[in-house]
Amino acid sequence: MDAFWEWFRWLNGATGINLTIFYDKFDRGRFASGFLMTVQLSALCIVLSVVIGVVGAWLQGSRLRITRKVVYWYIQFFRNTPPLVQLYFFYFGVGSLLGSTDAAGNAVPLVSNVTWAVISLSFFAGAFNVEIFRSGIEAVPRTTLEAAESLGFSRLRAYLLIVLPLAFRISLPALNNNLVNLVKTTTLAYAIAVPEMLYVSSQIWSDELNVPVMMNVLLVTYFLLVGSLVYFMHRWERAIRVPGFGA
Amino acid sequence: MLKKTLSIIASGLLLGLLGASAANAHVLDDIKKKGVLVVGTKADYRPFGFLDPTGKIVGLEADLAADIAKRLGVKLELIPVVASNRIQFLQQGKIDLMIATMSDTPDRRKIIDIIEPNYYASGVNVMALKSQKVGSWDQVKGKKVCLIQGAFYNKELQEKYGIEGVAFPGTAEAYAALKNGNCMGFAYDDTALVGELLKPEWAAYEMPLESLLPVPWGMGVKQGEKAFADFLSKTVTEWHKTGAISALETKWGVKNTPYLKEMTAKFK
Repeated sequence: MDAFWEWFRWLNGATGINLTIFYDKFDRGRFASGFLMTVQLSALCIVLSVVIGVVGAWLQGSRLRITRKVVYWYIQFFRNTPPLVQLYFFYFGVGSLLGSTDAAGNAVPLVSNVTWAVISLSFFAGAFNVEIFRSGIEAVPRTTLEAAESLGFSRLRAYLLIVLPLAFRISLPALNNNLVNLVKTTTLAYAIAVPEMLYVSSQIWSDELNVPVMMNVLLVTYFLLVGSLVYFMHRWERAIRVPGFGA
Repeated sequence: MLKKTLSIIASGLLLGLLGASAANAHVLDDIKKKGVLVVGTKADYRPFGFLDPTGKIVGLEADLAADIAKRLGVKLELIPVVASNRIQFLQQGKIDLMIATMSDTPDRRKIIDIIEPNYYASGVNVMALKSQKVGSWDQVKGKKVCLIQGAFYNKELQEKYGIEGVAFPGTAEAYAALKNGNCMGFAYDDTALVGELLKPEWAAYEMPLESLLPVPWGMGVKQGEKAFADFLSKTVTEWHKTGAISALETKWGVKNTPYLKEMTAKFK
């Protein structure tokens, strides 16, 4: 294994392509942890934002005016503000109000920067997901819903068992788009010092001065990361396709 | 023919020597003739050079300038400079001497003369709550410490001293994160932290550690002023011998830096 790593040191000497993330043990460690952080952050935010989307879309069809208003304002707030501003707002604004103090009187933040990133990015992507699922729900034929009602389904059961499965299939292409964007947006967490891939890369290139090389490494890594997400989403889309339904 | 050529070369050399010696004595003689030493210092870098309520420049470096003026037996005039104009002021003769928190670098040595030995050094230190009772770099190991993205010491602090770095784009974010308790300390240039700690909002904080990775500071004079430079060299050596700068640090409320202790030991 060492010979493999050392080959990159030789590559640097021979060509000037300085991939310290392979032959420098410290850089290798931090790049790997940054990659894992990006994967973790993306996975958590994808799951949470889809849950927010499903729940939000259901609440949007609520009979209560107040519930519909709350969902409406939630979407307006998170969709109409830049995600970077939201991160700053949560971390520096809300974070400073939520702190407590330990026995020695030191300030202890209630929520860490990683958690704030997960919360903020999930809400941000979730707002879009609500709208994406709404478009799917509205595309389900009214007659299907009426049939479910006449068979005695409650609103929740009809939503979960009939409307959502159909709406989900219609929404998938738009959902893919939003999730791809979400993975790319995780780089913004760099601003509140979440040690994800862009953050560790910037640390590495400030120390090793291999800026162009690291830029390319980042580009390729994100391409592969987002590419694999898209690949699995497409396979899933094909697997759950209902023949004759939709396009 | 040969004779003629030789004589031309010789006279050229002689002229050159005359010119050089004239330049050598220039500034030192001028200062004594004028009876005023003009020194460029910072006016916005507490506690090295800043304005007191009456608008006078005071501080550690102003005191050093005053000491030099006293040794020369002349009056002192302080001119405020900033990093972007201090070298030009020196080259144009607006100031005779520059003591303005300037790091000693090879590039700068090419355009001005930097006095040996260096009179001060800034390093990296940690600002933390007094209640944390941080006493050594070992106690910071594995703790979250705010950093500035791209600072040259980030890698060494993480690799060698084992801190868990939380790096922000700018100082404002890092200070805000420190206040919120997102990190237990903020590792930054010690001379900048000293200035920040003098503000009342940081009354509960301190800079408890020994500074690391010193970058030496040098006084600057115009190139070719050998007599003046020699005099200044002697003066700085004497300061180090007597620990005069450490005493000034104490006067201005700065923790004594290990760099000065080393220098005192070296010249004793």
